[in-house]
Amino acid sequence: MSSAATTVAQSAPSTAGRPASTGAADSTPESTETGTGTEAPAVDYSGYKLVPAKHPGRWVGTVLVALGVAAVLWSLATNPRWEWGVVAQWFTAQSVVNGLIETLKLTAISGALGFILGFVLALMRLSASPLLVGVSWTFSWIFRSTPLLVQLLLWYNLGYLYEKVSLGIPFTDVRFFEVQTTTLISQFAAAVLGLTLNQAAYSAEIIRGGILSVDQGQLEAAAALGIPAWRRSTRIVLPQAMRAILPTAFNEIIGLVKGTSIVYVLAYSELFYTVQVIYNRTQQVLPLLLVATLWYVVITSVLSVFQYYIERHYSKGAVRNLPLTPLQKVRRFFATHAPADRKTLR
Amino acid sequence: MSTAVTESPTAAPAAPAASSPAATRGHVEITDVRKTFGATEVLKGVSLTVPPGGVAVIVGPSGSGKSTLLRTINHLEKVDGGYITIDGELVGYRLRHNKLHELREKDILKQRTDIGMVFQNFNLFPHLTALENVIEAPIVAQGRPKEEARKRALELLDRVGLKDRASAYPRQLSGGQQQRVAIARALALNPKILLFDEPTSALDPELVNEVLDVIRELATSGTTLIIVTHEMGFARDVADTVVFMDEGQIIEQGGPQNIFTNPREPRTRSFFSKVIEPAFNI
Repeated sequence: MSSAATTVAQSAPSTAGRPASTGAADSTPESTETGTGTEAPAVDYSGYKLVPAKHPGRWVGTVLVALGVAAVLWSLATNPRWEWGVVAQWFTAQSVVNGLIETLKLTAISGALGFILGFVLALMRLSASPLLVGVSWTFSWIFRSTPLLVQLLLWYNLGYLYEKVSLGIPFTDVRFFEVQTTTLISQFAAAVLGLTLNQAAYSAEIIRGGILSVDQGQLEAAAALGIPAWRRSTRIVLPQAMRAILPTAFNEIIGLVKGTSIVYVLAYSELFYTVQVIYNRTQQVLPLLLVATLWYVVITSVLSVFQYYIERHYSKGAVRNLPLTPLQKVRRFFATHAPADRKTLR
Repeated sequence: MSTAVTESPTAAPAAPAASSPAATRGHVEITDVRKTFGATEVLKGVSLTVPPGGVAVIVGPSGSGKSTLLRTINHLEKVDGGYITIDGELVGYRLRHNKLHELREKDILKQRTDIGMVFQNFNLFPHLTALENVIEAPIVAQGRPKEEARKRALELLDRVGLKDRASAYPRQLSGGQQQRVAIARALALNPKILLFDEPTSALDPELVNEVLDVIRELATSGTTLIIVTHEMGFARDVADTVVFMDEGQIIEQGGPQNIFTNPREPRTRSFFSKVIEPAFNI
């Protein structure tokens, strides 16, 4: 190593414009060339300092956008008509929090049931039975082609179409169980039913797409190993499909969070309806809409964090090395920078 | 029918079956198997016998039906005619009241645990580590306790030279390492028969030998091996029987010395003259 370096150093003086002080220690690639006796040694660039290319356009863009952001923030902070005081007053009011809980409840129940039903529908659609395929296709077709608003109103008014719901033996008078439709379908039930079925139609397609994205060879290998069909779906195919499913699925869930606000037509007291009731009384329309908006932003932000970590979980094995999470990056930054900073502060 | 394979024990480097003391299971009998995809008949009545512990290497031009034949042996491909038995037991069907009833999924899966398969593209499960790939089938298909499966899997990974990579994910392994994990995964079920579908075709040339060495070692272990490959040198080393297929038929079969140096059929001769000469004249 050291002998190679000296050979290079000796050959260096013939090279014009080469910095004298540097280069001797870190230019091993040259040594082979020198060793083989090349007549005119190539210029050794290893000692020069690197200067990155300049991007003036990028700087202009950055300044313009920063000005825009500053203007928006300034107006939000200084325009008294936003009435931030009213926002703060209502943000954690009991009635608003109750509405928020109802919204979260609707999202969680309809989201979970919707995706479970969607998984079943996706498997039906991929089955070999033409009837199962047909039923699954028709389900998605109907629920994707009708507005959610109409579906909700239809479920809520089911009592008009069918007065009683009963379980018994068809074409006889035997009834095990019978109930008035209007008592069975409360506002909550109509909301969950409508949101779930609508969600299932969309998630079925998302899950089917994910399953189709998994290489056929995976199923073949699993079958050749004698792994049972259900286990093949849940252990081999689904975890791999999740990578394709998750981004779109979170889109759907985030859409569902805000989609629950449509339930206000049933006078169901979720977040949006609650806020409406309040501003109809106090006439502070915009600040209260802002309260609801801020809560939706909070929920979406929390969901985005979940999404990041869940996607990361399912990317195991898909990338050679997982990149650091933002949190890990921050920790590493402080681990490497903090001691020096403290010293300078003292 | 069975005479075809055992006709040339004198020419074979090692007499099949007899040389492997443990070889009492894994007798494969393929009888007049036919298979059609759409309008093309890919197998036109193929019959082949591989004795317990035997090593049959199937060679031939691409599209000759080699892989399809291999896939019929574990019922990944249903046959349209003929039948296959393993140790006298029909593959994929059961004889009842003078009719062959196709087995239910559950029974087919059970049969498959006796037949390991190694694929051209490895088909390792990318979201599971090497170890998890190997223990999955013994646990769910054979109901082995997890700790026992783990112990056996580590032994097998050691056998293919990858004990220290047990916790690596497939994408963190080279092609040759992945294929060796795939072999360990197939061995974990303790199969009677191992099927290799062009196990080295997707590998870089310098990685081919590490996989072939593992298969070579298996050839002496008493497990019946049926190998589809384009590696003629390897076929000559390891095979008891070399089977040459073309256009959905077995054209010729025999001991490697016989078939490579003195093929009877003109088609065999012309195929080998294209494939072997460059390789042997290095």
